[in-house]
Amino acid sequence: MKEKLVLIGNGMAGMRTVEELLKIDPQQYDITVFGAEPCGNYNRIMLSPVLAGEKTIDQIMLNDEAWYREHNITLHKGREVLDIDRARRLVKAEGGIEVGYDRLILATGSRPFMIPLPGGDLDGVIGFRDIQDVDRMLAAAGKPGGRAIVIGGGLLGLEAANGLLSQGMQVSVVHLLDRLMERQLDETAAGLLKFSLERRGLQFLMEAQTEAILGQQQVEAVRFTDGTEIPADLVVMAVGIRPNVELAARIGLHCERGVVVSDTLQTYDPRIYAVGECVQHRDQTYGLVAPLFEQARVCANHLARHGIARYEGSLTSTKLKVTGIDLFSAGDFNGDEQTEELLLQDSSRGIYRKVVLRDNRIQGAVMYGDTIDGTWYFELMRDGTDVSAFRENLLFGQAHLGDSGHGDDNRVAAMADSAEICGCNGICKGEIVRAITDKKLFTLEEVRAHTKASSSCGSCTGLVETLLAHTLGGDYSATPNRKPLCGCSEYTHDEIRAAILKQALKSMSAVQRFLEWKTSDGCPKCRTALNYYLLCAWPGEYQDDNQSRFINERVHANIQKDGSYSVVPRMWGGETTPAELRAIAEIAEKYRVPTVHVTGGQRIDLLGVKKDDLPGIWGDLSRAGFVSGHAYGKAVRTVKTCVGKDWCRFGTQDSTQMGIDLEKMIWGSWTPHKFKLAVSGCPRNCAEATIKDFGVVAVDSGWELHVGGNGGVKVRATDFLCAVKTEEDVKEYCAAFLQLYREHAHYLERTAPWIERVGLSWVKQRIVEDDENRRALVERFLYSQQFSQVDPWKARAEGLDHHEYTPIKQLG
Amino acid sequence: MQQAEQATNAAGEWLDVGRLEDIPRQGARVVRRAEGDIAIFRTIDDQLFALRDRCPHKGGPLSQGMVHGLQVACPLHDWKIHLDSGQAVAPDAGCAARFPVRLDGERVLLSLLAEEGCPER
Ligand code: SRM
Ligand SMILES: Cc1cc2nc3c(=O)[nH]c(=O)nc-3n(C[C@H](O)[C@H](O)[C@H](O)COP(=O)(O)OP(=O)(O)OC[C@H]3O[C@@H](n4cnc5c(N)ncnc54)[C@H](O)[C@@H]3O)c2cc1C
Ligand code: SF4
Ligand code: FES
Repeated sequence: MKEKLVLIGNGMAGMRTVEELLKIDPQQYDITVFGAEPCGNYNRIMLSPVLAGEKTIDQIMLNDEAWYREHNITLHKGREVLDIDRARRLVKAEGGIEVGYDRLILATGSRPFMIPLPGGDLDGVIGFRDIQDVDRMLAAAGKPGGRAIVIGGGLLGLEAANGLLSQGMQVSVVHLLDRLMERQLDETAAGLLKFSLERRGLQFLMEAQTEAILGQQQVEAVRFTDGTEIPADLVVMAVGIRPNVELAARIGLHCERGVVVSDTLQTYDPRIYAVGECVQHRDQTYGLVAPLFEQARVCANHLARHGIARYEGSLTSTKLKVTGIDLFSAGDFNGDEQTEELLLQDSSRGIYRKVVLRDNRIQGAVMYGDTIDGTWYFELMRDGTDVSAFRENLLFGQAHLGDSGHGDDNRVAAMADSAEICGCNGICKGEIVRAITDKKLFTLEEVRAHTKASSSCGSCTGLVETLLAHTLGGDYSATPNRKPLCGCSEYTHDEIRAAILKQALKSMSAVQRFLEWKTSDGCPKCRTALNYYLLCAWPGEYQDDNQSRFINERVHANIQKDGSYSVVPRMWGGETTPAELRAIAEIAEKYRVPTVHVTGGQRIDLLGVKKDDLPGIWGDLSRAGFVSGHAYGKAVRTVKTCVGKDWCRFGTQDSTQMGIDLEKMIWGSWTPHKFKLAVSGCPRNCAEATIKDFGVVAVDSGWELHVGGNGGVKVRATDFLCAVKTEEDVKEYCAAFLQLYREHAHYLERTAPWIERVGLSWVKQRIVEDDENRRALVERFLYSQQFSQVDPWKARAEGLDHHEYTPIKQLG
Repeated sequence: MQQAEQATNAAGEWLDVGRLEDIPRQGARVVRRAEGDIAIFRTIDDQLFALRDRCPHKGGPLSQGMVHGLQVACPLHDWKIHLDSGQAVAPDAGCAARFPVRLDGERVLLSLLAEEGCPER
């Protein structure tokens, strides 16, 4: 028999938990849901647009009753749960319904706090929480000449006020303090907000305290402590919410402000879970959906007995859902002695931005007028990114980082529906917005799965996130800080790498066992990463797992769209000889290679080779002295060079020989992502060294070393690492930098994003400032090179992995 | 599976294509034929599946993809295909034709009669 799961509270957090559970384990439980409201569950945060007449109730339903039937869930709608008998494990609801449970989820949300005022029980005094409240507000607005008073100038109050205003009421907002949304906004932003709301016709009574609500049966006016009275037909109280813990407290669960839960969302009774606004976790309560969804995921994971996920609290950001007003706030934006403030204010354009930094990391941000970079700041804040490298441009936003992938396209809101967002998959804005609304998507991962947008090169990730934010309003907040490597485990890249070393895990299955992998043998994402991490951690010991490499690396050639392959032999430092060229020409003719192309990396690419011909062509190349160019791998790629001092009248050093020496030292090494180099003979920099992972520029006095550059999707110029004197120095620093990157970057992270994540100073400390550490890095690198400088092509031409290149059987 | 086996048995069309050990675990090998290649996959726990070697997306060679669990990831654009049904993993849609395959001792036997449900393309 299946176990019985009962959910109390048919709202956003509770149902999200059920949906997450159905996703990972649809079979485990018989599920029963109780909801006090008379319908299926809906997107509560969209009540504001409904009130403003921008959406209808139908449009905000998340799951209708047919959905519950389809998923075999018993829904008792309009039935409040009155009691729970924990000893007999029985839930008792209105109408005499009793249901037994093995596990129970409390998701009772919260209630609007109603200030206990004389007259507070009059008709027309309401909160703003559910469909019923919206109905009552719309009814009041239906009468011509109606006047409304909203008590509370926070997020919810302003959304209510704006909605009532658009419904034609005359609206006054009463606020106790002198600043609107004081918990989210600083003084300047709050002032700007007030100004534009006033221009729309809202009235404000600041620093006003309500004394009584007047009327007979129906509200007629509100009186303040200074004696003034204002007539009103409707009073909306939006002064805050209180976690709804009544039921939990009554049945003896430990409650403080909310129902107290552990990191697995269990209450003091381990059979009873609690999620959502009713919960208090590590002393925090939350009133936004993003953290609640995160709780839902962890809770579902535990219910499904995966049991390894932990909820560790969330960072939240806020947006106001008032059409035409852009406002964003996150983190601590007030600052103190240890923080620095970056400010941008352009009063005539109505733009204000404040970013608060501590040790060059974002600690909080407030934006008004143009919030397009809100998600970006939030991400930087969440990831604790060191922003020193682009600090001077931080306030101008992501579009100003020389970011060719995003550029002005960032003006998402103004874009036409037909505008292409994802260039790789040809997905335009309209398609994405439709998927978000029709399929009820909330996260980047969901949009990727459903539309493919941003699932390829990822350069449009920012755009898609912005679209999500715009489409969902305040509902969206970027994915949580802790990103597991993939869906197969709960652990992050760093945690996994640390465990491999600390526990001396030396095989893929050992890692998967120790870290409790959820799948039988992983997925392409984690297997490729693990294979690299193990290879890097245990050179010479770990046996490379070919089946955990993508096709290109498995067969040592790039697959093409027609299933044929390309072959790029190494051409040391981009230099060649007539003999080599002759050999390549003969081989190309012998195998009827359809295309011979000079690559962007100074080498020759033979394209369109049939798979069965690969070992043969490699054998011929090998005999002519060539080795694999690893153009297919997350590995050391090319070292571009210019002609240098041998020929060039400006050349200061022998850049070509330097490039050749570097390439001979590091070729064959596997790296987290591809690793490219260049050596230029003088600062004219013809080899484009300053957009390479490791770039060398010769100067009169020696060599300048640059790191973390990237061409490609998102161009980034290098950071200057240091200047050195001799060729030997260049090699030493290069090997040290490469090894540092190999040991610390996440799989599929190029040096550019890696350096932005860890910070240039972190890299310098380990390579430039610490001679001993640098030498130790070099030593580890050279040790591992013993095992990787084996030409994979030659080995395969001699028969290794024969099965990869031949059919098991040829018919007919 | 059972039914399909009987049907092809009746037609007497099992073809011996090689030994189990010729196919790498978590890998695949191809049976080449004029009508188009067939990929035989071997999972980590030695289950065998055979699919037309053509991704329902843009025809990528599924045999070159990574086998994980009961799925293979297409090498070209990373669609995931269920090995047991040939269906693409949702939200992608499409399927690759399935062929009956079984083990007789160490020998791998394949039938060239595509199973119902997913047309050969
Ligand atoms: C062959 C070549 C184009 C050419 O004909 O010139 C090429 C071809 C491919 N590039 Fe490239 N890139 C080539 C030079 C470059 C360069 C220029 C360079 O290396 O100086 C860049 C920009 C520099 C950089 O990487 O910072 C470049 C940036 C990319 C990127 C974007 C990387 C990024 O970090 O943004 C990708 C996509 C990826 O790696 O995920 C990519 C991916 C690819 C792939 C592997 C796409 C694929 O998955 O099939 C192409 C393989 C073609 C093949 O079968 O051989 N290629 N690619 C060049 C080979 C150079 C070589 O000799 O090895
Ligand atoms: C107008 C409005 C706008 C908002 N805007 C945003 C926004 O822009 N961004 C954002 O992140 N958040 C926003 N929020 C907050 C967000 O809606 C809440 O954080 C979220 O809905 C809380 O989810 P929950 O499941 O904890 O509670 P709820 O969604 O309130 O669900 C609780 C449910 O439990 C039911 N219930 C309670 N007790 C019982 C019982 N004893 N028996 C049976 N059923 C019971 C209730 O009737 C209710 O349906 C907004 C909220 C409102 C009201
Ligand atoms: S070679 Fe590079 S730029 Fe050209 S199509 Fe392929 S990935 Fe794109
Ligand atoms: S061809 Fe298979 S995913 Fe595109």
